[in-house]
Amino acid sequence: MKRERWLVWVIGISLLTFVAGCRKKAPVAAAPPAPKSAPAETAKPNPPVITEFTAEPKAIERGQSALLHWQVKDATQIEITPEIGAVTDSGRRQITPRDSTTYTLTAKGPGGNTSAGATLTVTLPPPPPPPATPPVIPTLTERLNKEVSDAFFDYDRSSLREDARTALTKDAAALKLILSDFPSTTLIIEGHCDERGSAEYNLGLGDRRASAAKDFLTQIGVPGDRLIKVSYGKEHPQCAEFTETCWQKNRRIHLAPGENQPPKATSELPMTRPENR
Amino acid sequence: MKKLVGLAVAAAGFLLILHAQEIREEVNKSKGKLPVIALPDLKGSGEAQAFMATFNQTLMSDVSGSGVVKVAPKTTYPLTVPQQPSDFTQPPPPSDNPRARRNTPPPPTSGGGRWLLDWSSPPVSANYLAAGYTAPQNGVLVLYGWAYDLSRATATAAEAQVVGKRYLGSIDEAGARKVAHEFAADIIALFGGESLAGTHIYFVSNRTGHKEIWAMDFDGKNQRQITHFNSDSIEPVASPDGTKIAFTSWYHITPGIFVFSVDPVRDLRFYNQSASVNSSPSFSPDGKQIIYSSSAGKCCRIFIANLDGTGFRAVSSMSSIDTEPKINPKTGSEIVFTSGRSGPQQIYKMNMDGADVERLSDGTGEAGNPAWHPNGQIIAYAWTRGFSAGAWNIFTMDVASKSYNQLTHGEGKNEHPSWAPGGTHLVFTSNRNGREQIYTMLANGGPAQMLTTQGVNNRPFWGK
Repeated sequence: MKRERWLVWVIGISLLTFVAGCRKKAPVAAAPPAPKSAPAETAKPNPPVITEFTAEPKAIERGQSALLHWQVKDATQIEITPEIGAVTDSGRRQITPRDSTTYTLTAKGPGGNTSAGATLTVTLPPPPPPPATPPVIPTLTERLNKEVSDAFFDYDRSSLREDARTALTKDAAALKLILSDFPSTTLIIEGHCDERGSAEYNLGLGDRRASAAKDFLTQIGVPGDRLIKVSYGKEHPQCAEFTETCWQKNRRIHLAPGENQPPKATSELPMTRPENR
Repeated sequence: MKKLVGLAVAAAGFLLILHAQEIREEVNKSKGKLPVIALPDLKGSGEAQAFMATFNQTLMSDVSGSGVVKVAPKTTYPLTVPQQPSDFTQPPPPSDNPRARRNTPPPPTSGGGRWLLDWSSPPVSANYLAAGYTAPQNGVLVLYGWAYDLSRATATAAEAQVVGKRYLGSIDEAGARKVAHEFAADIIALFGGESLAGTHIYFVSNRTGHKEIWAMDFDGKNQRQITHFNSDSIEPVASPDGTKIAFTSWYHITPGIFVFSVDPVRDLRFYNQSASVNSSPSFSPDGKQIIYSSSAGKCCRIFIANLDGTGFRAVSSMSSIDTEPKINPKTGSEIVFTSGRSGPQQIYKMNMDGADVERLSDGTGEAGNPAWHPNGQIIAYAWTRGFSAGAWNIFTMDVASKSYNQLTHGEGKNEHPSWAPGGTHLVFTSNRNGREQIYTMLANGGPAQMLTTQGVNNRPFWGK
């Protein structure tokens, strides 16, 4: 038994020696030159990283503003040009450039520098709309002029002729629409005369003509409380010649815009004292 | 002796009064035969002379325009104008001694202006002479004015004198006009006439771009704006005492009546009754009421109200257009007005209660604008009788007899007659020279004088 134990030891040692000898042989056989500077890569810091740098929106009209967003890692010093200057590593800023601008973000850190750009396009606004937009809705006067016609009379008469009735019937339809489109207005029925009667008498005649027209219009449904009679006699002729053609033009009733509120009776109006020397 | 002289003077004075009355009656009876007055140009001493052209022009215009006396043509006057009574000399008494006549030079046949006879005999042939002079005294223009009755050939200047007065004014154009107006008034008064000086004419002018009420002196001087409404204001009338005016204006949209004081110009607040037309105001003879036309109910009735518009009541019934009411200034008991009740507008008369309506114009043509003469017997009005509609002429009518007299004859359109306060003249509107302007003329239709030129002027009313 003692002999066997010894044998194990011998075999073991020789095996060990063999293995050891093999190993020793390799460096001796090939010795490549060591690299000159062996960089300690794992120890050095990383350069800054710009994770976001954008303008939102990318295009604006002059006068509007945009938001500039940014987010930077590993930087010690961050600067945005133009105008903005030093900033922190994340943030946003409202910008209102006059013209298209490319913003540059430069991040510096122990690991190096990084930069990125963001462009904001500024367009000129469209021309402003023309001042006082042409009225889409015609004014009261325009509608009266277009849709309502005068009614004419015989000399020294205030009775309605057939042609006056026809005209007033048409007028009534238009007047109902106009009065509902302008709910706060009143209308004036002007009574006019030709120049031949005396001025004083014509004041009465003009009133009778306006009355005849008002009665007729009211009977066919035009609200009478919104029609004010005003006789002008022969004070405002629309034609000044001394001919029957001209006189006929002046013997008429005409509808004109009134006040926005129905006027009170004359006596109830506050009397404004006129300016006198 | 003294008693005798006193009696003589009293008798002379009595005769003079009788004489003046005779003249007045004569004037009233025969409009053609007016007395003749010689009215030589007066001179001024020192700085007064600068204003004598204005003075003489004003004097001549007032006297010759008065209608009660005729002015003898100046070209016939003698060279010497006696400036004061002491300048007159008496013609030598006719000598009865033929021998004396042989030895002495023949007596002069003319005083060269120094005799009263020089003015009463041809070629002047005047019944009266007015003369005098002006001088500045203590900063005042003094006019010494005399008038002489030339009817007695042998009278001395003192005996013939019928006016002898001192008139004071400022030393400028206005002062010269003032003393001339006053002297003229005294001369006109000799013949029963009433001076127009101091009277006012109210009218409508559009010269500012709006029809406003204006006022001016009777001769067109001193035109001034009364209203500043920037609206249409028409139909001014003055109160009988001349302190107020009433008119119609569209200032509150519908035509309404306003009453103003004149000096100072102030709105006296006439409250219009509720109606689409309140117009054609005029004052009652006592000046305490306004009569007017209103469309209250139906156009248009005559109403009468207090000066502030309260207490109104209808006078005429609601049948037609009744307007232009004018109360008889003498009786206060009847109204003339314009109405269309029988067709085209005519002039009617009614009592103060609206009864006894009577048509005055005969129904032909159109008639309007009635205006009472201050005597309450005659009206002036516009009528188209004999012409086409719208071709107005001025007429007068004796209301009692309805006999009428035409004063204008188609010289353009003539409307809106209004009497001078004394009734001697009429003011009216005419377009005879193009646009409507204000004219005055004698009450018998004598020569018309244009008073306005700027813009269109019409609707005159002659007040105190």
